[in-house]
Amino acid sequence: MIHFTVMQKQILLCVLSGLFFWSCAGNTADQVQEAPKVIKWDGLEAVINKKSEKLQVINFWATWCAPCIKELPYFEEVNESSSDKIDVTLISLDFADEFEKRVLPFVEKRNLRSRVMLLDEIDYNSWIDKVDPSWSGAIPATLIINPSNGKRKFLEKELNEGELNSLIEEILN
Amino acid sequence: MNYVSSILISAFLLIGGFTAEDAGVKVGDTAIDFNLKNVDGKMISLKSDANAKGYILVFTCNTCPYSKMYEDRIIALHKKYAGQGYPVVAIQPNNADKSPGDSYPNMQKRAKEKGFPFPYVLDETQETTEAYGATNTPHVYVLNKEGGDFKVAYIGAIDNNSRNASAATRRYVEEAIDALSAGNSVGTSDTKAIGCTIKWAN
Repeated sequence: MIHFTVMQKQILLCVLSGLFFWSCAGNTADQVQEAPKVIKWDGLEAVINKKSEKLQVINFWATWCAPCIKELPYFEEVNESSSDKIDVTLISLDFADEFEKRVLPFVEKRNLRSRVMLLDEIDYNSWIDKVDPSWSGAIPATLIINPSNGKRKFLEKELNEGELNSLIEEILN
Repeated sequence: MNYVSSILISAFLLIGGFTAEDAGVKVGDTAIDFNLKNVDGKMISLKSDANAKGYILVFTCNTCPYSKMYEDRIIALHKKYAGQGYPVVAIQPNNADKSPGDSYPNMQKRAKEKGFPFPYVLDETQETTEAYGATNTPHVYVLNKEGGDFKVAYIGAIDNNSRNASAATRRYVEEAIDALSAGNSVGTSDTKAIGCTIKWAN
């Protein structure tokens, strides 16, 4: 009979799961994953205006958007490695009536661990400028806010590897 | 090194920012003419229709889910307004290497399947797309003839409900053309919508 300590069990679980083994080091009990949910504009506004010590990284994406899906791993990586100082929120612009059919299965299949919210606001022209006046509405788009120093960056493009981290560095300091 | 790279990145972002915000035509500007190949092989320009009082230029493609959702509405716009002097010209802006589903043969196929009653032209060099400053699909420019020129009268979305045409409470393009036809100025001349990025060549 082999007895495992709690830590040994955790390590074993991590190794067995294989997929996200790099996250083992930072995985603590306080990082409970929030279930994906559907929000209205006020929900997004709350994230944008959040008074927090943490940097807010907000990515606008959709399950149908190939360039968005391509860059999602960079956001996941930031979420896994820097959750002590950065909140990552993935704002899905899929249609609300497809939340259960498309978004939830996608989150599960990709094992997304960042916070996912579907913004259910079909009247796009009423809120796009409020996210950032320079945004045309094309996705992917990313908004990074540092509530501590007021720095803010909005980018309407697909980010390359390393680019997200450079932006975060820029806004952090 | 970090300092240098952050300067480089800032410079890059600055340039990127200028391109996104300042490039392209604005409402009130004179429309830029083009000469682009339709799916039937003929070249189309703003001079192609001598009777046109204006045009509904739609930057759209085969592959973007939003473009697909708006296909029937674009056909309906043409059917409603071509007779009034405002025909649709659909311009496909995406690079076929980046988006193979938007290649010229695939455009021909889609136009045939849907029976597009309007020209569906390919902006192979992407110069027209860049000149107009189109950023996403579908992206509409309503043009209105004033004197000898076509002026840009409206830029933006077709309506305010991509999911459900009948639930739209604003039909921006129709509102714009109805105003122009009545000799009025366009009330809402600029709107934004969620859409797919233009797939630019490298």
